Amino acid sequence: MAAILGASWAGAKSMTATSGPGLSLMMENFGLGVMMEVPTVVVDIQRGGPSTGLPTLTAQGDVMQARWGSHGHYEIIALAPDSPQEAFDLTIRCFNLAEKYRVPVILLASETVGLSAGKVVVPPEDEIKLIDRKKPTVPPGEYLPYRPDEDLIPPMASAGEGYAICATGLTHDEKGYPETNAETQEKLVRRLNDKIRVHLEEIVDVEEEHLEDAEIAVVSYGQVSRPAKRAVKMARDEGIKAGSIKLITVWPFAEHVIRKWAKQVEWFIVPELNYGQIYLEVRREACGDSKVVPIPRMGGRLITPQEIYQEIKKVSKN
Amino acid sequence: MIREEEPQELHPMDWWLRSERLPHIWCAGCGIGPTLYAWTRALDRVGIDKKKVVYVSGIGCCGRGSGYLDVDGFHTTHGRAIPFAVGIKLVKPELCVSVISGDGDLFSIGGNHFIHAARRNVDLLVICTNNFIYGMTGGQLAATTPQRDYSTTTPYGNTEPAFNTPYLADASGAVYVARWTSIHVRLLERSIAEALGMKGFRYIEVLSPCPVNYGRRNRLREVDDIAKWFWEFSVVKHEADTKEVQIERGKPLILGNFVKKEKKLSCYEELKELEERVRAAAEAKK
Ligand SMILES: Cc1ncc(C[n+]2csc(CCOP(=O)(O)OP(=O)(O)O)c2C)c(N)n1
Ligand code: SF4
Ligand SMILES: [Mg+2]
Repeated sequence: MAAILGASWAGAKSMTATSGPGLSLMMENFGLGVMMEVPTVVVDIQRGGPSTGLPTLTAQGDVMQARWGSHGHYEIIALAPDSPQEAFDLTIRCFNLAEKYRVPVILLASETVGLSAGKVVVPPEDEIKLIDRKKPTVPPGEYLPYRPDEDLIPPMASAGEGYAICATGLTHDEKGYPETNAETQEKLVRRLNDKIRVHLEEIVDVEEEHLEDAEIAVVSYGQVSRPAKRAVKMARDEGIKAGSIKLITVWPFAEHVIRKWAKQVEWFIVPELNYGQIYLEVRREACGDSKVVPIPRMGGRLITPQEIYQEIKKVSKN
Repeated sequence: MIREEEPQELHPMDWWLRSERLPHIWCAGCGIGPTLYAWTRALDRVGIDKKKVVYVSGIGCCGRGSGYLDVDGFHTTHGRAIPFAVGIKLVKPELCVSVISGDGDLFSIGGNHFIHAARRNVDLLVICTNNFIYGMTGGQLAATTPQRDYSTTTPYGNTEPAFNTPYLADASGAVYVARWTSIHVRLLERSIAEALGMKGFRYIEVLSPCPVNYGRRNRLREVDDIAKWFWEFSVVKHEADTKEVQIERGKPLILGNFVKKEKKLSCYEELKELEERVRAAAEAKK
């Protein structure tokens, strides 16, 4: 983790890949990446935990660790792919988001995605949209490495370009100099959070299906989206008004999307391979407007379309 | 910012300093300042372009150094200065990257990174200000505290043997290994300059007084008592066998440039060569 931060400061697009135990170890330097505002990508192929847990059977237990794993209050971005193709596409998007918002981005996959084989279409290079970090436009004498532009994101110089970068994990002012007092902390940490929060709708990506008249919405992410979508289709075939919300962006949470549909649907069903992590987020955003039921599984095997369908059928009768 | 012209000097090394950040946090009698003085003098002596100098540090009193010098400086996490520097070096091998950090940082929490970077012969200069203690946090036992010495966490004396860090570096494969003290500024400067002129993993241990958190508890109460100990007990023995240079209170402190050897390539350069060969072979097959 430290090495990919260094590599990014030297100007490269850098990434590393791991699973739960590695992610736990990386968390201190993940926080350094947040504090120094380093664009980089961490792939987490989730397996069952806690601890060594289930090497290497599938799970989605790291959702909250991805969100809050390092100490302090911060915002991050995490995307969840449901297939090898999406793993490819979303990794590119992870890099683009990392570069744009100057934040470490997590590709929150699971063993089922990481170890499955599938067709992957690699588009021609010139069709891939790439974003590069903003570079300083002023000469070294005038550059303040942590002075943000209007979008709250500061341009980033690389080592060796003559800007005499001063970067630290300590609370710092716009020069990058340590200033460990309440005012600087307030200003810096607010901005680190706000630079993601104010761009929430731009960052968040969801896939919505059959929601127009839906009374039941299945909220899923990552590999579980596939059985979830299948279950919705099975329900529709039975005349049940079910729809699907697939979260491509797990973090920041698609709160505006849930809030919007909470006004319409009566039920949210949240299948996931943990004891209810995104379930709690959905419940929070549904604010009592609709009822929320989890389908929690601790991992080790997938949730089947039938299991999700059964739950849809059950609530549809209530 | 990097100043383009040499300013009117306030201090001979002002050219290298972010003087707006002074005063620094270090105590009177601390060895970290003189070590940085020697490092900057050595950079001048070798004539390295200031824009190519990168200073990576970990956490601790010494870790704060990277924020005081007018070069690209990265103050990272505890023990992780070396892997951070490896990342920079992999992307921009042309940069002159030095890791300057404390003994706790480099050898307690960060020991694993040290031995593996040395084993891989990564092109880095690593300088350790060894003050035998965790200075910043109040003088706790480090992996470098001499046996029977006192620290806040060993009030009845340390029973653990200490690392002999030059031996560790040597055994792990470092191409340059030296030990000086922060009072041997000229000799230290010369040693750093020599190391800066080489490639590969280079290690210099600088014995460094911490009067506040080490001296006070170890019968070295006055601000200059540690400096006096260094002065009275040091013996310069270039090319000494690193096995024989363990630090023990009351015994001679062996200083010198112990190891200087040539190793053809760092593993990363070798990897690049290998990649080229494999690519060429694949091309030829087509
Ligand atoms: C992971 C972690 N553990 C503990 C600390 C607390 N801490 C800060 S400095 C330090 C010791 C520094 O000792 P050393 O590297 O010898 O530097 P010195 O202060 O002596 O120069 C420790 C343990 C920390 N910052 N991070
Ligand atoms: S506590 Fe020790 S190491 Fe830290 S600044 Fe003071 S003298 Fe130096
Ligand atoms: Mg120390």
